[in-house]
Amino acid sequence: SGFSGLDDDFYEELEEILIMSDMGIDTTMNIIENLKKKVKEEKIKDPEACRQLLIDSIKEQMRLDSDAYEYQNRKSVVLVIGVNGVGKTTSVGKLAAILKGQGKKVLLAAADTFRAGAIEQLKEWANRAGVDIISQSEGADPAAVVYDAVAAAKARDVDILLCDTAGRLHNKKNLMNELSKINRIIQKEYSEAYLETLIVLDGTTGQNALAQAKQFKEATDISGIILTKLDGTAKGGIAIAIQSELGIPVKYIGIGEQIDDLQEFDSDMFVNALFERGDE
Amino acid sequence: MAFESLSEKLQNVFKNLRSKGRLTEADVKAAMKEVKRALLEADVNFKVVKSFIKTVQERAVGQDVLNGLNPGQMVIKIVKEEMEALMGSTMTEIALRPGNEITIIMMAGLQGAGKTTTCAKLAGQYKKKGKRPLLVACDVYRPAAIKQLQVNGEKVGVPVFTMGDKQNPVDIAKAGVEHAQKNGNNIVILDTAGRLHIDEDMMGELVAIKQNVDVYQTVLVVDAMTGQDAVNVAKEFNDKVAIDGIIVTKLDGDTRGGAALSIRAVTGKPILYVGMGEKLEDLQQFYPDRMTSRILGM
Ligand SMILES: Nc1nc2c(ncn2[C@@H]2O[C@H](COP(=O)(O)OP(=O)(O)OP(=O)(O)O)[C@@H](O)[C@H]2O)c(=O)[nH]1
Ligand SMILES: Nc1nc2c(ncn2[C@@H]2O[C@H](COP(=O)(O)OP(=O)(O)OP(=O)(O)O)[C@@H](O)[C@H]2O)c(=O)[nH]1
Ligand SMILES: [K+]
Ligand SMILES: [Mg+2]
Ligand SMILES: [Mg+2]
Repeated sequence: SGFSGLDDDFYEELEEILIMSDMGIDTTMNIIENLKKKVKEEKIKDPEACRQLLIDSIKEQMRLDSDAYEYQNRKSVVLVIGVNGVGKTTSVGKLAAILKGQGKKVLLAAADTFRAGAIEQLKEWANRAGVDIISQSEGADPAAVVYDAVAAAKARDVDILLCDTAGRLHNKKNLMNELSKINRIIQKEYSEAYLETLIVLDGTTGQNALAQAKQFKEATDISGIILTKLDGTAKGGIAIAIQSELGIPVKYIGIGEQIDDLQEFDSDMFVNALFERGDE
Repeated sequence: MAFESLSEKLQNVFKNLRSKGRLTEADVKAAMKEVKRALLEADVNFKVVKSFIKTVQERAVGQDVLNGLNPGQMVIKIVKEEMEALMGSTMTEIALRPGNEITIIMMAGLQGAGKTTTCAKLAGQYKKKGKRPLLVACDVYRPAAIKQLQVNGEKVGVPVFTMGDKQNPVDIAKAGVEHAQKNGNNIVILDTAGRLHIDEDMMGELVAIKQNVDVYQTVLVVDAMTGQDAVNVAKEFNDKVAIDGIIVTKLDGDTRGGAALSIRAVTGKPILYVGMGEKLEDLQQFYPDRMTSRILGM
């Protein structure tokens, strides 16, 4: 193939890797254009060096700031949001266990009062993590649950209040308004607390995750992503598109259904997995 | 949003094609590039897209097309026909056994796809049609999965058979079917736990259920928002467990739903229903042509 290893086939292979990771066609094309520019500037000839350049630049882009987990050092509220079935409740349970393990006093708020069995599910997680939970009954006003939970957090001198919320599709106006209301209550009733808002994205999701992040960002101040279900074969490349377009970093990844299957995000590991050559 | 500008682009490409008296191979290639983008934006699998574009291109640059009357119209027609070939063109229902024979339906799929909710939705529909469905709680892993099925069963007025979470799902399925036989239920819907397609033990559990009870329909439940990985998932479920059809959930969102097309393409199995909301009446029949338009953004 030609006089240079950096031919169309080479770039097409990269394109395939990126698109198959769910990064999306726009972000993929941008990344490849930038790469081509750099290759020209730096007069790179070797495909392996070019590939490495790409890998390094994505790693750099996805790297977390040193204050990414600052909420752990303060009195804080962690609001966990996202569309249906992505892993919010499970992630709240796992996070509770991590924070409790750090010696923090943790409280859960069962603000999903809609889905059948959601409260019982979170109660089981509270049990497993060994933390307290504030809940009402199915059908109660979720904002009222949060209101109660904030009061309890203050009264009990809790370090971190974790709020589970109902799954909601970002195109449902009334449900997004309900979320804004919850957000406002936390800000108003507990203004001294540090508010960390984590959107949970299912790692198997395609391009729609970008729309999810955009819409949820309108309703709340998202400060990070929990990217779940990376124990499957999906790569979660849409998180790169989201970081590029919206500047929201991935802070945690979910890698299973057990209580210790939540990890802090490691940019190097994530990007390496993206470029791992499969069996095919 | 990117999607909107894309479908606009696509409309323009088609408009251009239509207005042209003559088409060159380059015209067709340019149009196909936009179609490719549209499909990838919609999460249609990369490999499915590649072979789709190749097929359309080959047909479109065929002599009789470019030299014929209205070549643009012809190219658009080819795109639609090939989409239809992938998506299927007729509505398919879940097959039921005749008369009062018991039909066992097993739901399977990845975690959080919507199985438990869909079980209850289906049960509710069958009940309305005069059938006597029974829901069986075979998810012993997820916290409160049984409770979720019980609450939903109650909402649609369908009994739920459970044995708690300390028994083996295979034994629960067997006992559930016996219960149905004794109580005159003619449809048994098995709610199973979410599982990864690469989890050998958990996939083996589904196979074991099928070996022990006479499952008539195995339905793969897939989240419409799934990306490129949908084909791996569907292929593995189909190869390991053998599926009869697919239910695509969460189409009440704004996803293009290319996963539906990819899965149909790699398994050849029909899409049976679509989930259109969290409420238990939000299950609808599937119309392939509507899905085609949605995926192309038109
Ligand atoms: N394999 C895998 N499964 C996960 C992971 N995180 C969550 N799950 C599973 O995904 C399913 C949905 O998780 P939930 O925590 O109920 O999701 P949710 O977002 O709270 O769902 P809703 O409240 O219904 O919107 C459950 O079966 C979880 O066990 C993960 O990282 N890997
Ligand atoms: N918007 C919308 N939500 C849905 C639809 N179908 C299911 N859901 C929601 O998706 C979430 C997950 O649904 P479940 O029925 O618990 O999914 P599951 O596949 O049984 O999950 P696991 O048992 O944990 O694997 C819940 O919040 C449901 O309410 C749908 O068609 N539209
Ligand atoms: K999902
Ligand atoms: Mg939940
Ligand atoms: Mg379930």
